[in-house]
Amino acid sequence: MKGLVPFGVAIAVLAVVPLLTSSNVVLNFLVVALLIALVGQGWNLLGGYGGQYSFGHAAFFGTGAYVSAILQVRYGINAWLGFCIGIAAGAAVGAVIGALTFRSGLKGSYFALITLAFAEVLRIVASVAAITGAGVGTLIKLDLRPEAFQFQSRAPFYWIILALVGASLIIVRMIEDSRFGAYLIAVRENEDAAKALGVNTTVIKIGAMTISAAITAAGGGFYAQYFLFLDAGIAYGSWISIDALLAPIVGGLGTVYGPLLGALVIKTLGEATKLLTSDAPGLDLVIYGCILILVIAFAPRGIVGIFADLNRRLRAGKTDAPASLEQRHG
Amino acid sequence: MADLLRVDQVSMRFGGLLAVDNASLTAEAGRITALIGPNGAGKSTLFAIISGFLRPSSGSVFYDGAEIIGEPPHRLARRGIARTFQITQPFAGLTVRENIAVGAHLKRAARPDALAAAGEVARAVGLGELLDRPAADLTVAGRKRLELARALATEPRLILLDEVLAGLNPTEVRVMIPVIRAIRDRGITVFMIEHIMEAVMSLAEHVFVLSEGRMIAEGTPQAIAGNPRVVEAYLGHGAATRMMETDHA
Repeated sequence: MKGLVPFGVAIAVLAVVPLLTSSNVVLNFLVVALLIALVGQGWNLLGGYGGQYSFGHAAFFGTGAYVSAILQVRYGINAWLGFCIGIAAGAAVGAVIGALTFRSGLKGSYFALITLAFAEVLRIVASVAAITGAGVGTLIKLDLRPEAFQFQSRAPFYWIILALVGASLIIVRMIEDSRFGAYLIAVRENEDAAKALGVNTTVIKIGAMTISAAITAAGGGFYAQYFLFLDAGIAYGSWISIDALLAPIVGGLGTVYGPLLGALVIKTLGEATKLLTSDAPGLDLVIYGCILILVIAFAPRGIVGIFADLNRRLRAGKTDAPASLEQRHG
Repeated sequence: MADLLRVDQVSMRFGGLLAVDNASLTAEAGRITALIGPNGAGKSTLFAIISGFLRPSSGSVFYDGAEIIGEPPHRLARRGIARTFQITQPFAGLTVRENIAVGAHLKRAARPDALAAAGEVARAVGLGELLDRPAADLTVAGRKRLELARALATEPRLILLDEVLAGLNPTEVRVMIPVIRAIRDRGITVFMIEHIMEAVMSLAEHVFVLSEGRMIAEGTPQAIAGNPRVVEAYLGHGAATRMMETDHA
């Protein structure tokens, strides 16, 4: 598999962080950034590779979180098993929403609005249903044992979310190198041309949405274990839908490393704003909005695109150099 | 030889406009059949019907003996019908090789196999030099070749070419003619819409003429060129008679 070396280096560098610092602030920041990277990678598969911009990835995040939490709290199911069932439930929600929207041919802004509507409906249902704890929310009982997916320190959480991000990177890299991935990109680039070449575009889009939802639901399940508390506004709130799309767009749409880079950058800027403005509520969202406008206007291919351009210019510079030497001698 | 494609009394109505009016045609296996006609005659509409992108208001289309109306385009592609688009539809963000590989994936699951097959097809249509260039950088002639290459990569039995020569200069047309003939020589049935008469004359073995949605003539290219109804369809009412008169004078 191509690109395995930078992948290994990136994960190895990130993996040693807890050995260098025991600062909860640093680790907490990185855990949240990696969580956004994971959720963003889910969004990136459907939005970046498939060109289907969802505004409602909260639907999958919240389902992963609630299913995992409710199974533990109300049915006494093991947290790890609940986490896995949560992922499956998120994938199922993705498949159902995907089937409903793509089979009726919804595209572009209509698709974005419908996904937003699904997430909002789930948020409202979760805020009144008894099983989610309605307005009170769901609290997972403190049980600091690894078997219960709870830990004394933040380091194990950090390694788990890092492993999940690593797994999502490998999954997306493998998809890039497969027929499914080639078809998914073809759908993004030109749906009619893809159909004429034998691509069942509806099936491809539903498949992408299912995998995308599963990755995002894993983020939701992790969130539940890490914070041990959920309510409708957290699980199905628009904050996660926004972070999910902002990370890959800032980092580089349709690239393997885009969501990770983007998540680190936007979370760093978000924290910096909080420090500078002494926690004025909502100001980080103002900053996010400005970043999004700037990126779309000046770097539509994100951070990965900026690096690719720089790399190309450097190489062009190197090949120019021998030519100018020859001129001098000639 | 048997007909690989048979269009039987197909009509297509868009609101008040009858774009195709009771048109019938056949394409014999292993031959090059051409569909000509003035702008707006309904040729591309007929193509869209055959390839499953449009469902006709009435009539039947038979491919390999079976009715195919109602089959979606991707399923027809899997059954061996490939098409190109008159307005080229490249996957603009991908390279030439990646574009063709999407077609090659129809018969090949593994990525390396599809990429290798894409290289071979590209060389066959003269895109071998441009394999790693973005499709967006191609000239009009290059994009037409890419359309052709992608369709060929699906390894079709029937290929529908929608004006693959339009927009090319005379030199480029002369280069493309043997490419199309080579496709037929590989055993693929070719059904083409074309405006450039020189190309139709030298390529097609059988020609159908569509005018204002109706099939007005069919026959060998020579017979078609001398048919007064065809001349009138292109040049206007009375043109054939006037030409005769000038000839006699």
